[in-house]
Amino acid sequence: MKKRSALLIVITLVVLVYGVVYPNLFVVATSLQRDGMWTLANYREVLSQAVVIEAILNSVGVSVLTVLLCAIVGVPLAFLFERFDFPGRRVFAALAALPLVLPPLVGTVAFIFLYGESGILAHSIQNLFGLETPPWSLQGWAALLFFHTYTMYPFFYVLTGAGLRRIDASLAEAARGLGASRIVVLRRVLLPQLTPSLIAAGLLTFMTSMASFSAPLLFGGNVRVLTLEIFTARQRGDAVMAVTETVVLALISLAALIFFQRYEGTRRFAAAAMKGAPRRRAAIASGKARVLATIFAILFAIVLVLPVATLVLVSFAREGSWTTQTLPPAYTVANYIRLFNEPLASEVFVNSLLMSAIAAVAALLWSFTVVTLVVRRGSGRLFDKGWRRLLSLLVLIPWALPGTVVAISVAEAYGRPGSLLGSFVLVGTFWILPVVYFLRFMPLVVRALQASMEQLDPALDEAAGSLGARAWQRFTRVTLPLVWPGAVAGTLLAFVIALGEYVASVLVFVPANRPISIAIASELRDFNLGAAAAYGVILIVIISVSMVAAGKLEKMR
Amino acid sequence: MNGKRKMTTPLLSLKNISRSFGSTRAVADVSLDVGQGEFFGLLGPSGCGKTTTLRMIAGLEKPDAGTIQFQNTDITNLPAERRGFGMVFQNYALFPHLNVFENVAFGLRARHAAKAAIGERVASALDLVQLPGYEKRAVDELSGGQQQRVAIARAIAIEPALLLFDEPLSNLDVSLREETRSELRELVTRLGLTAVYVTHDQEEAFALCDRISVMVGGRLMQTGEPRELYERPSDIAVARFLGRNNLIKAMRVSSSNTGDGEFKTLEGGHTLHLPVKHSDLSPLNQPVFLSIRPEHVQLDANGAHGATTTQTANSLRGTIREIVFAGATSTVRVDAAGLLLEALVLQPGGLTIDQECTVVLPQDRLTLLQNQRG
Repeated sequence: MKKRSALLIVITLVVLVYGVVYPNLFVVATSLQRDGMWTLANYREVLSQAVVIEAILNSVGVSVLTVLLCAIVGVPLAFLFERFDFPGRRVFAALAALPLVLPPLVGTVAFIFLYGESGILAHSIQNLFGLETPPWSLQGWAALLFFHTYTMYPFFYVLTGAGLRRIDASLAEAARGLGASRIVVLRRVLLPQLTPSLIAAGLLTFMTSMASFSAPLLFGGNVRVLTLEIFTARQRGDAVMAVTETVVLALISLAALIFFQRYEGTRRFAAAAMKGAPRRRAAIASGKARVLATIFAILFAIVLVLPVATLVLVSFAREGSWTTQTLPPAYTVANYIRLFNEPLASEVFVNSLLMSAIAAVAALLWSFTVVTLVVRRGSGRLFDKGWRRLLSLLVLIPWALPGTVVAISVAEAYGRPGSLLGSFVLVGTFWILPVVYFLRFMPLVVRALQASMEQLDPALDEAAGSLGARAWQRFTRVTLPLVWPGAVAGTLLAFVIALGEYVASVLVFVPANRPISIAIASELRDFNLGAAAAYGVILIVIISVSMVAAGKLEKMR
Repeated sequence: MNGKRKMTTPLLSLKNISRSFGSTRAVADVSLDVGQGEFFGLLGPSGCGKTTTLRMIAGLEKPDAGTIQFQNTDITNLPAERRGFGMVFQNYALFPHLNVFENVAFGLRARHAAKAAIGERVASALDLVQLPGYEKRAVDELSGGQQQRVAIARAIAIEPALLLFDEPLSNLDVSLREETRSELRELVTRLGLTAVYVTHDQEEAFALCDRISVMVGGRLMQTGEPRELYERPSDIAVARFLGRNNLIKAMRVSSSNTGDGEFKTLEGGHTLHLPVKHSDLSPLNQPVFLSIRPEHVQLDANGAHGATTTQTANSLRGTIREIVFAGATSTVRVDAAGLLLEALVLQPGGLTIDQECTVVLPQDRLTLLQNQRG
């Protein structure tokens, strides 16, 4: 018993020190050093460049605007679809979260095909009105914000919806009974209770937007953001600049995290535990409103699906055939055949599947170690509260930091001999990507498992104990079967996100571990649109299958 | 009831057990003995420490101080899984991923019992709780009462040396609760098991238990047979907790060698007489509490009664202030010159509000509370 606990602690500490503490400290230390001396010179130099200041302002500006736009789109949608019932509601509700599982790079590519200056929409308008030039170009602020809103509004939609479902309907009824109008109920009763959901959604959106890389790279135009600056600095070989900017990016992200969580703490409502009437969706009575709502739902569903549909269409386009026509004129399955026949192309799938699987399985195993230490209840508690909080915080850091930061810190810390790994150099080997994927996505698995564990009735373990089951029997025969579905669902989520990972991969990949995302980007660069789309479609298929499986497992709980 | 049995060596013995959670003292210095074959109750209001005490007996909590002995062996530090006590939890804690058979078999499998023996013992346990043929059912398909039976079957299947119950009936509706209660008692007696039963429901405890310990605020206030607790509560907390009670604040003004104590009530200034033991006597002119159950207060509406009784009969003049109808009985509140008393009356037919009446507090029903705490 004692020995096993000691082993868990050692494993946990080793992973956290090697994966989280050392690389991050290393990057901070590097940014504070020049020629072996401790100095702020790097910061002075970096922050004196107009480009860098502009990149910081752009990153923050894009993120703030993204949060606002996503709230404007997501919150009303949540109210409409959570509180009212009308034909077509289910269609949209089923598709609403689709953009969340779309890998950002694949989404970006689909947007280019659909909304880009030589995309379907631009072409159709151009052909319709006989214009000389495309009516618009998918570049700059508008393009970025449009894409961000499409991909990140589900944070607001999903969390506000969940928040609304939690609110006791009798509260609104009581307020109405006390003479409050609908508007007053909304402002004084509903919105205050939704605050925690809105803050959580705002935080997620802000962090995701700060970390966004694919969209700024492919259609940010002159809007240079920090992630992009870091990438180009590293491509130039300016490691010190890249590292210093990485620390700046990390600091902004952490500051946002603290800012949002401050607010979150001030608004907590204990009402959820009280008995109340569950809210029923009200059917829209007025005929006109019903029709409007239905049309709106269908339109929105089309907007959601259109990028994916475009991707599928383009994946069947004959390479080089699509020039100025509205839709690709010639179709073929050659793109797919090529992907499976060409060894280099199929190798990419093997790489991504293998590396994501390694990372996900490692994350699953490791999550049991961490969660055992964090959640354990009763008299066998290993740490006091402070230690457990520190442990949880360290585990979550890689998730809170942009992928760029995680990749740079690992690449810098293990980029030459003499690190914590002795003479072994991680950078340049196959293992760099599985390690980065593991670090980035293990917090998801830990979170999922921890939630399952905390939902577990402690009396079950105690009942097993009183029936004579030893610690190991209790774990394998009671705890494990009950938390397994949640843990596997979390693992599948980590797996599919890792499959489409681009931000970190592009910084540290080597020929031996080229993942799918890199292949998509290079096909796009060579104007092999069909092949790029075909990669994306296969990726989406794998992700969809995994998500359906994860959903099934979640229901088993 | 076998409560009269002499306890030579107790089966289970708690000695000065204490347990704190943070700064709250959940259980303070509790000692009690449970005899072989006894059905023992831990009764008290919620938050009184009774469940914590039970969990320490089960081995799910460790006491901060004190020892627990079972069959004269110190088991204070023995983990739950090695105690061999069966426990029935308040929410049953059935394993949701296992069917009825596997739930009941769980403890036997943990002991690596032979396959044939497992089948046999599960079947007989399910027979005992009247659920034969339910083996293949999923536990969430069962009603609350059936889940409860499975939980009991699971606990008795391991042939426990001691059976522990943590408010097992509190999740059942009233009619089912009474039915299950008598079945439970019958089952435990038939198997010759020793049980410790935690509840906040005095009626349940009285109906089930040979002996009961009343806990209030983490302390064990009084241990005894149900009747004894009810009629002779030792202190205010117990008197208040166990049903309705008239608590009368009074001062002893004198006592004779014959054991007759004379008290003067602080409200109304009545003189009351009751037998007192010499050892129980508090100093003269110190306020103490006397208690009498409403059903023992005699009410006479005619008032003619008063002429024949002497002072020692504890008869007081009063006015009826309120009559509360409650089905089989009615509660009548009487104001006797400032002393408010409750009486339980079977037939309130002739009584009206503001009517003059005579209240008699029989000497043998009046109790001087020993322990004036609370």
